[in-house]
Amino acid sequence: MNREDFPLAEQTNYLDNGATTQKPIQVIERLNRFYLNENANVHRGVYKLSQLATEAYENSRTAMAHFIHCDTDEIIYTRGTTESINLAAFSFVEPLVKKGDEILISHMEHHSNIVPWQLVCERTGAVLKVIPVNDSGDLELVQLDELLTEKTRFLSLTHISNVLGTINPIKEIIAKAHKKGIPVLIDGAQAIARTSVNVRELDADFYAFSGHKMYGPTGIGVLYGKRTLLETMRPYQSGGDMIRRVTLEKTTWNDLPYKFEAGTPNIAGAVGLAEAVKYLEKAGMDNIEEYEQELLNYAEEKLKAIEGLKIIGDPQKRAAVLSFTLGDAHPHDIAHELSIKKIAVRAGHHCAQPLMNRFKVPATTRVSLGLYNTKEEIDLLVEALPEIREKFKL
Amino acid sequence: MRDNELYQEMILDHYKNPRNCCTMHDATHTASGDNPLCGDQLEIYLNIDGDILKEITFQGSGCAVSQASASLMTEHLKGRTIEESLQVFDKVHMMLTGLHPDEINTEDENAMGKLNALSGVAEFPMRVKCASLAWHTLKSALKESRENISTE
Repeated sequence: MNREDFPLAEQTNYLDNGATTQKPIQVIERLNRFYLNENANVHRGVYKLSQLATEAYENSRTAMAHFIHCDTDEIIYTRGTTESINLAAFSFVEPLVKKGDEILISHMEHHSNIVPWQLVCERTGAVLKVIPVNDSGDLELVQLDELLTEKTRFLSLTHISNVLGTINPIKEIIAKAHKKGIPVLIDGAQAIARTSVNVRELDADFYAFSGHKMYGPTGIGVLYGKRTLLETMRPYQSGGDMIRRVTLEKTTWNDLPYKFEAGTPNIAGAVGLAEAVKYLEKAGMDNIEEYEQELLNYAEEKLKAIEGLKIIGDPQKRAAVLSFTLGDAHPHDIAHELSIKKIAVRAGHHCAQPLMNRFKVPATTRVSLGLYNTKEEIDLLVEALPEIREKFKL
Repeated sequence: MRDNELYQEMILDHYKNPRNCCTMHDATHTASGDNPLCGDQLEIYLNIDGDILKEITFQGSGCAVSQASASLMTEHLKGRTIEESLQVFDKVHMMLTGLHPDEINTEDENAMGKLNALSGVAEFPMRVKCASLAWHTLKSALKESRENISTE
């Protein structure tokens, strides 16, 4: 799909979209235009440039709200998914839990959806509980009812696994948690560019994602939160822009979403991200999903036919992300050899060590596809692998 | 193409047929090291007699570079003194981190022998930690040995 829009994707065979995506020329040019014509600080100056910058920044928020189907003031700009999760952990969950309470995550989480909760538990005496993952790479949902106890205060779960590609049935899971009055955060880092997300329909309480994994700039991300929850929450960072009135004795907070955006935000990042959203909406999220599924099916079929290659997990629904092992060859050696052939894949534990341990592999090679990838690139990968397997055969 | 030089014959040979790859029952000193980011892990076993590394073995798992580096290391250091081993450590460290070739003299290069096979790593900063794992683990084992020596 529109590969020609992505200068860097065209020059290489970039199959590491789970880590970050390449940017379309429209986003790159938008960043340039912003710095050439509109750059100033936001929400401050009365001069024309500041007005332009503020408009561009706030229009971005509106575009984002339209993209995930929420209200504009429910979009909090952050540095990325990691900061979004940390914000929810600090401002919402930590004041909510006390010793002995439980926070529930799953065994397939990225470290950024594990460690913030461990820290909350450390500070409060709450206990971290984990939804197991079966051999197919699906959540063991039969155990969910048992795990959602009277002590459970929060559930934080990934939409799509960054290692296995598993698409979790988050709508059903959220409904189950809500039946017991438990709010839910969804880590949408891998999902946001792969499927259409409607936070209202999902009824997610929080939804976190990064701009750079959706063809936008790095350093900008979003925490969506239900207004009713955001309003009750304590600020995350403090400083300028997040206040209404400051005296040396007392400070009152600004309205949403500014209460959570202390300091000068990543204005250009937000503006570039809006351009990425425009690009995705024009391409159509359903078309992107369909195209990536076609690529995934093609890749799965071809990879499975390679002797000694083992794809990790076989989930009921998989997005265009998969991990594999290949004979005796270590993923770093595989990735190195592929790099020489201008194929970029990820090797390692993918910031999901608990999941690696679950499948008893120290590391895997991961292929994660994006909208500009082609079957020809998958062919190149598939052609290269048998030779690599032989080279590193023990 | 220089890229391919990372996996020189010598590296692949030591990866496929690692030398001194076994545990050691009469080890006087051991240390373990890992690169959690890569999933590489190693155990180094030393039998130190006086000041001499009488026996040196390793066990572990990881990429070809990390395993070959460990194997080459054991072969090179067996029978050397602790002092010599630490000097080799420094030279390998310089080589892996891409010291300008002019700064390594021919005498050094000859002294390094098969270890020169590791020089290709310097081209790939991401792989330096793979190649240096065995060496850092050795150093930590030697440190332990010195401490032990000093307490004896």
